[in-house]
Amino acid sequence: MPKVKIPTPLRQYTGGSSEVVVGGATAGEALGNLASEHPDLKQHLYTGDGKLRSFVNVYKGNEDIRYLEGQDTEVADGDEISIVPSIAGGRCR
Amino acid sequence: MQTRQPLVESPNGALELSNEEIARYSRHLIMPEVALEGQKLLKAAKILTVGTGGLGSPLALYLAAAGVGTIGIVDFDVVDESNLQRQIIHTTSDVGRPKVQSAYEKIKDINPNVEVRVHEEALTSENALEIFEAYDVIVDGTDNFPTRYLVNDACVLLGKPNVYGSIFRFEGQASVFYAKEGPCYRCLYPEPPPPGLVPSCAEGGVLGILPGAIGTIQATETAKLILGIGEPLIGRLLLYDALGMRFREMKLRKDPNCPVCGENPTVTELIDYQEFCGIPQAVTAEQENGVPEITVGELKTRLDKGEDINVLDVREPHEYEVANIGVKLIPLGELPQRLAELDQDEYFVVHCKTGGRSAKAVKLLQDAGFLNVYNVKGGITAWSEEIDPSVPKY
Repeated sequence: MPKVKIPTPLRQYTGGSSEVVVGGATAGEALGNLASEHPDLKQHLYTGDGKLRSFVNVYKGNEDIRYLEGQDTEVADGDEISIVPSIAGGRCR
Repeated sequence: MQTRQPLVESPNGALELSNEEIARYSRHLIMPEVALEGQKLLKAAKILTVGTGGLGSPLALYLAAAGVGTIGIVDFDVVDESNLQRQIIHTTSDVGRPKVQSAYEKIKDINPNVEVRVHEEALTSENALEIFEAYDVIVDGTDNFPTRYLVNDACVLLGKPNVYGSIFRFEGQASVFYAKEGPCYRCLYPEPPPPGLVPSCAEGGVLGILPGAIGTIQATETAKLILGIGEPLIGRLLLYDALGMRFREMKLRKDPNCPVCGENPTVTELIDYQEFCGIPQAVTAEQENGVPEITVGELKTRLDKGEDINVLDVREPHEYEVANIGVKLIPLGELPQRLAELDQDEYFVVHCKTGGRSAKAVKLLQDAGFLNVYNVKGGITAWSEEIDPSVPKY
């Protein structure tokens, strides 16, 4: 079961956890399971039509899954999936 | 000792160091990786920091100390009390002064040999290329998405490295975007988040010390580029987790389809970045964010008249503890589940800290069938500023 590392802005939707172990044989499955287990997370990861949001990057280890097999990237036990959203600091609006 | 081509042309005989400078930079000069030649490279270098805030402060202080010859600073803002928690180039006596003036003085005080060029203006698509042109390295110390994309695109178009840093709460990111050798910011994040989807400063906050770490990393990267030593963060995204005190690194690749730095660029000039980030420009007198509004002045008048108005606060309990106006609190996140506590037919006025979250709450209530809901423009901050200064601003 892969581990998903949760970035600070999204931890409020995982009950404060910075790391969540989920089931899944691919990155897509793991993230899907993560979103099912933590429904408030869904809109921050996915658009209305179920695509991964473009300002949220997903890494298997230290490689962006965009350059691997995307959502079909295989993940094994203990593999680390990281969600890295864009942050800008500071200004409201 | 150089492992890469220094960014700055070696001045050789053209630049001399005075005895005072030699004494000042002694700890650089005795290191083979810097030495006299390297110190001259630093002196010949011109760097620009966009922003003199949380990230720009430690950056400007350290690069001034290091002897960078020219430091340009871009900032249109004035020093505010709430800046002092993290923007360490500014002090209490600077509150109310333009940030560039405050920064200018501190840089010159640390190192009078530095030429400080002040750009007291907002960076825009109209002035960015002209401002950036003279500098060797641009450092992104900004605090909003539109400006980050502007800085990136201008750097790609001009062929200059963009030393990137960003922060949020207890996390930071750093990288060097240098299109000649690796990815640019758009290769990493092709699109910005729509406004309202990523928590902003009022809702996010940041550990004041955090930008110190990231800004200093940016200063380090800038010095390495100038000196041509070490391995810069080109093609690498450094992730800093202050709470766990862990550094991780992600590989970044240049996107061949990147619209700015890719093989067939479609962005060949600066665009409207507010529009790109989905920030609406036209704002009617009554509606902003598409919800009906009421000013704090109007609210006060109506309350004084004894009108039957329900005021709802949608901030978090820890914020309510800091400052409140004694009204019912239902945090925004709990509102959908607690609608039954509110009477749909009544008149509601909703506030948060500055008006962002309350606008979302108004939309939520409207969608749930509430007909008379208004957003308090400017939130409790405006109430404190305009109606009741005894309510703390935070």
